[in-house]
Amino acid sequence: MKHSFLDQYSDRDSIIHRLDPRTKLITTLFFILAVVLTPPNRWPAFALYFFLVATLILFSKVPALYVLKRALVIMPFVVMLAIFIPFFKEGEVAGSYNIWLWQISVTYSGLQVFWNILAKAWLSILSLILLISTTKFSNLLKGLEKIRLPRVMVMLLSFMYRYLFVLVDEVMRMRQARDSRNFGGGRLWQLRTIGNMIGTLFIRSYERGERVYAAMVARGFNGQTRTLESLNFRQRDILFGISLGLVLILATVVNLLY
Amino acid sequence: MEEIIRVDNLSFGYPDGQQALTDVNLTIYQGETVALIGPNGAGKSTLLLHLNGILHSNGAVKVFGRPVDDKNLRWVRSKVGLVFQNPDDQLFSPTVFDDVAFGPINLGYSEAKVPELVTRALDWVGMAGYERRSPHHLSLGEKKRIAIATVLSMNPEILVIDEPTSNLDPGSKWSLIELLRGLAITKIIASHDLELVQALCHRAIVLDRGVIIADGATSHILADMPLLMAHGLAHAKAS
Repeated sequence: MKHSFLDQYSDRDSIIHRLDPRTKLITTLFFILAVVLTPPNRWPAFALYFFLVATLILFSKVPALYVLKRALVIMPFVVMLAIFIPFFKEGEVAGSYNIWLWQISVTYSGLQVFWNILAKAWLSILSLILLISTTKFSNLLKGLEKIRLPRVMVMLLSFMYRYLFVLVDEVMRMRQARDSRNFGGGRLWQLRTIGNMIGTLFIRSYERGERVYAAMVARGFNGQTRTLESLNFRQRDILFGISLGLVLILATVVNLLY
Repeated sequence: MEEIIRVDNLSFGYPDGQQALTDVNLTIYQGETVALIGPNGAGKSTLLLHLNGILHSNGAVKVFGRPVDDKNLRWVRSKVGLVFQNPDDQLFSPTVFDDVAFGPINLGYSEAKVPELVTRALDWVGMAGYERRSPHHLSLGEKKRIAIATVLSMNPEILVIDEPTSNLDPGSKWSLIELLRGLAITKIIASHDLELVQALCHRAIVLDRGVIIADGATSHILADMPLLMAHGLAHAKAS
């Protein structure tokens, strides 16, 4: 079965696409750090961050609508997490409501933090979407490996990428098999079927894991992970320096603006 | 003829008590193409897993006269290339290159040598130029070919394949059979695809319920209708 892939648009060509995955990884990481560490009341700084991401997205030739849609998928989770903050943060009260026995009040500082969390999350997500849609997943993994993320974690990610859609296919086949024999039945019955399906899927995944491991062992895998490329300390250091410098410049610019 | 694999009185039971193999004896010689045939659940896959030490056998299996044990595992795996039935299990890397390079890298080949081995292995299976592709995007026939390449890249002395033609359409199946025929290497092929057995193998071993029932020339065994019917390899009406 065909699926849309995580790294859709990553095979296009642009200035951003041609960058080394390590450069993109590190700059993205520092961009997110800068966004998160900026104090909540510095709106000009956030405007600057947005301008930065927007420009990069423009350069990358990834459709803006696609980026916005993707970002929208994640936002509800952030809203869920942040929704209670305006009610609990101490400060000047913006509005107070009586609901039965409780008195609920919303504070200005709480609202500010709330909007700020949304803005920060949105900016971070935009930069991550940019990273994923301009870098092939295999290159991204290679980049992570080269910036010395432990090999085990890189392998975990690579297995996830490889088997995500294999599992999705399996779920879809199971659903088709269920629907073709589904003649109604109560809600409880339906739930039980879903429970059984989840259980079956778990066992199948576990068994697949064993088979994949056997296939690895058969080709000489002994628990030690090896790669082709040896690490290049100089390049890594230079990249690190450039990225760090970038953040420092950003921070200074922000302070000057304020 | 040089002996490549020798199995002496191999018995194996799974931890759940199911007896998978009983007193299996067989010898594979250099240059042979041997079919391992038998019904579902006969123990074919279990036997194959013993051939390169995935399952342990306490010296019952010998490769080039050396017992398959913990000391020899690495060496055995470089000699006996095992291809699994489902290419989605065999191909676990984000790109075809990574998958074909996995074996050679684990065997400790140099950085300059690995890409060379990968290119050659892909060439052998007719998949040159697929290095950067992701296995998920390939057809089953292509996946099967690349699964074979992942093992050929290690330069094995013997190729052990589990059900190479299962689920393939006739076109892909016959092109895979032609591919296997073209590989000048000793082969053990587990299958119940008798067309494949007839086309490729000069010797056939019948395995049922973990016991070797017959071992002989393919023409002889495939002509023995009562034998095939008794072990789920032919239907009564077909005779």
